[in-house]
Amino acid sequence: MALLLLGLGCCVLAAAAASALPRSWRVPASAGLGATGCALAFVAAMRVLVTGGVESFSTTRLLPMFGLTLSIDPLGALFIVATSFVGFAACIYCIGYARGELQSRTAMSLLMVFILTLLAVPVASSIVSLMFCWELMALSSMLLILTDQRHSRAARSAALWYGVMTQLGAASILFGLLLLTVHGGGQTFADIRLHSMALSSAVRSFAFFLALLGFASKAGAVPLHVWLPKAHPEAPSPVSALMSSSMVAMGVYGIIRVGGDLLHGGTVWWWVAVAAFGAVSALYGALHATTSTDIKRLLAYSTIDILGLVLIGVGAAGALYDTGHPGVAQLAMMAALLLVVAHAGFKGALFLGAGSIERSTGTRDLDQLGGLIHRMPFTAALFALSACSIMAVPTLSGFSSEWLLLQGLLHGFTDRSTPTLIMMLVGVVALALTGGLTAVAFVKAFGIGFLGQARSPGAANAVDVAPSMKIAMALLVIPSIVIGVVPGLLLPLINRAATTGLATAAPSPVERGTSLVLTQFRGTIEPAALFAGLVLVLLIVWAVNQRLAQRSARRVDAWSCGRDVQTPRMQYTATSFAEPLQRVFADVLRPQSDVEVTHVAESQYYEQSLMYQNRVSDALELHGYRPVIDAALRIGKSARRIQNGSIHRYLAFGFVALLLILVVLA
Amino acid sequence: MIAIVPSAAYSTLATLVQIVLVVLLGPLLIGFMAKVRARAEGRVGAPINQPLRDLRKLLSKERLHARHASVVLPFAPMVILAATSVAVAISPLVTTHPLLGSSADILVIVYLLLTGSVAAALAGLDAGTAFGGMGASRAMTIGALAEPALLVAVIALSIQSGTSNLPSMISTTLTHPNWVSGPSRLLALVALVIVVIAETGRLPVDNPSTHLELTMIHEAMILEYAGPELALVTLGASMRLGLLFSLIANLFFPWGIATSGSILGLLLGVAALVAKTALVAFGVSLIEIRSAKLRLFRLPELLAGGFVLSVLAVITGLVTR
Repeated sequence: MALLLLGLGCCVLAAAAASALPRSWRVPASAGLGATGCALAFVAAMRVLVTGGVESFSTTRLLPMFGLTLSIDPLGALFIVATSFVGFAACIYCIGYARGELQSRTAMSLLMVFILTLLAVPVASSIVSLMFCWELMALSSMLLILTDQRHSRAARSAALWYGVMTQLGAASILFGLLLLTVHGGGQTFADIRLHSMALSSAVRSFAFFLALLGFASKAGAVPLHVWLPKAHPEAPSPVSALMSSSMVAMGVYGIIRVGGDLLHGGTVWWWVAVAAFGAVSALYGALHATTSTDIKRLLAYSTIDILGLVLIGVGAAGALYDTGHPGVAQLAMMAALLLVVAHAGFKGALFLGAGSIERSTGTRDLDQLGGLIHRMPFTAALFALSACSIMAVPTLSGFSSEWLLLQGLLHGFTDRSTPTLIMMLVGVVALALTGGLTAVAFVKAFGIGFLGQARSPGAANAVDVAPSMKIAMALLVIPSIVIGVVPGLLLPLINRAATTGLATAAPSPVERGTSLVLTQFRGTIEPAALFAGLVLVLLIVWAVNQRLAQRSARRVDAWSCGRDVQTPRMQYTATSFAEPLQRVFADVLRPQSDVEVTHVAESQYYEQSLMYQNRVSDALELHGYRPVIDAALRIGKSARRIQNGSIHRYLAFGFVALLLILVVLA
Repeated sequence: MIAIVPSAAYSTLATLVQIVLVVLLGPLLIGFMAKVRARAEGRVGAPINQPLRDLRKLLSKERLHARHASVVLPFAPMVILAATSVAVAISPLVTTHPLLGSSADILVIVYLLLTGSVAAALAGLDAGTAFGGMGASRAMTIGALAEPALLVAVIALSIQSGTSNLPSMISTTLTHPNWVSGPSRLLALVALVIVVIAETGRLPVDNPSTHLELTMIHEAMILEYAGPELALVTLGASMRLGLLFSLIANLFFPWGIATSGSILGLLLGVAALVAKTALVAFGVSLIEIRSAKLRLFRLPELLAGGFVLSVLAVITGLVTR
């Protein structure tokens, strides 16, 4: 605990340094301190995961009235491990990335506060401490969206959406958690854990669903996701990386903490709801990721997709635990947690990569990019590797965790109650469908962004980024490879977190060792051996290919149907690449396209110009949220009619209200 | 059933046999299907080993790269071949004990095949031409709809066996012969045939013999390849066909596959696999002869049909177990 507190202290110091030091020192000093803080937190959390103990710390000096209660257990420690790793990389990335507004006092200190709160949320172990850290996390990240481009309309709208959604979510969480204390007494998690079984099941269910709404919204669960594809792209890239890989994971953490740990599992229907959120999010996110052309928006939607898969795993785990299958439940929970850790790595790297693209080309619109592999080969290689990982290419981290998830769902079929069976079936189907769609999205992201010819002057004249940005990205690629090739090394730690989350003491469902071997079922993969096989065959083919080549390849023009010129405009763009899928799923995506034809004055048969517009906006936002917002605005406008600024009228209102109250009371 | 675990040397030998067999079998199956088609149309047709001859010819040709292509273009064929070869190596094709057979999970095989598709699609985008992009976009769209059906159809079988490990699935089917005629298997079979036709680019999904630009899918994607690299890509595609046909054959009619550690069994396994895949190829070419290429935007209906059938197979499997 002391080490973790030291780490958190470093982050506070980093924030102070950012606001006190002169401009030239500010970024390296605060980033260095922040990175140190993350490293210390990482070590502290790893120690808890390895030894499995629980350490607590409590003080009344930092927060008035109730004080601050921190306690680190393996479940929280796992989230700290993931967060601190990304936080470390983000700090290093900042050294090369921070320019202009991001170098300002506000921005740098807010970034450090954001990292601090991300590290503090998983250890906060009372309602007041949790809500304090949670709100600080929301507030600092919301302001960070505004630092970089506060004059852009998109950023301001994103911050507003984010602010409103996160506040509604926080209110819901607060209300849910407070319900748990009404009968139980204390507000620390230890008290709630002790007394929660004494509450009536209706109160527990109501409290869980309230907390679920808030946490699910943070985890980007559809239909509470609308803020996410706005806020994540608009934030500066290191912040996007942290938001997408760590902050959304806090939603998952909250669901596991409240449902599994504090409320001891609850009923099957809780978890059916969690898995339903997950399945809808996975499919909706994957579909939108395939059609997005803004690279960061694509990544944000894919976050919704992966977090959906995580929620399916958590839901399956909870339901199987409640129906008396602790072994499979633990498997599903481990799969969900492994996916969280894997996602933190590859999504962090992808967002940092997107930041590098934006920095060197000035745009994040895939339709304007192309050919970047020639300009920034290192970034391209790392981006490709992370994209492969998210596409679940074998022996990378996405694959290991999805395999584990599939095993959890597959062996969940051993339970014969209808709700669980439907849940497992839907989970398997969602996992299968998102697999294919994710591949389309990331082939598009890499293939259109980095391959082919440059589609704009910005992409054609791209300059490679600073070394610190590449190092940070490379750091985040390490988990993809390690979790992919030797997942067994990490699983005892994940198992410890899963048992804390489910409050069981069952033995690990996966054998010790470097590979993945299930103990209760026939299911094995040996990623290290597969990796060796792949490399071996690759080397053989390469050697044969080299022998066959008498000379190096001759460069020729690409086939262009016999025409002489081949311009970059003739290439497929991100929009056209995804067009077939957009057409197939038009009912869900509701794309809006307009064709505007201007005819020549002389004849209707000749066109002067033709304008085609295609836009895929979030259909849920358009048809679900907009009407509500419009109605609220209308009510607000009509309410303005009774306010004309006259003090007499307001006094009259007060008088009438007082009379009414007296009448009601009498 | 007493599990006989053959020696590592035997497994290695079996794996090598499988790889060599599929390298030869894939192109030969394609030649066989062309022959069946030619005979049905009243032509003599090219000899069955024509695809192998084409490969040899391509290997001796000059290597050409498109001007704007990057390192992805020469690298992709190797990735395609490596991923497909590893999938072939660990799959239960002639024996239920190939090297690393314990890792031959359906998810591993499906995602190894997906890795090949991804590499091919990226290579299609690499040269920055319209055709490459068109092929890549269409191939990925079809793949995105076909992969899920493939996965779910095989999961329907794995629920019955209680494992997603392919060799175990096949050996449990051998001990429960009545499973083969169950409703769940039959639904999964129809779904798998649809998916495999889509994944291997046969009619009515893609016409492998067309070179009209606007109708090409796989051929458009690999348009920039020439010489030895084209040979590797084509070999990868035909190995994929060989693997998928063999898997259909073995999952739905496993008899003949070697289960013990004897060399004779291995030889029998090879003979059985050749016969079974020839039968599958014959069936697929009958479908091909009787159908015209579907419009691209009618394909999702076919593939969604396949997907629904595979989900039905899972549900039937759960209800009837």
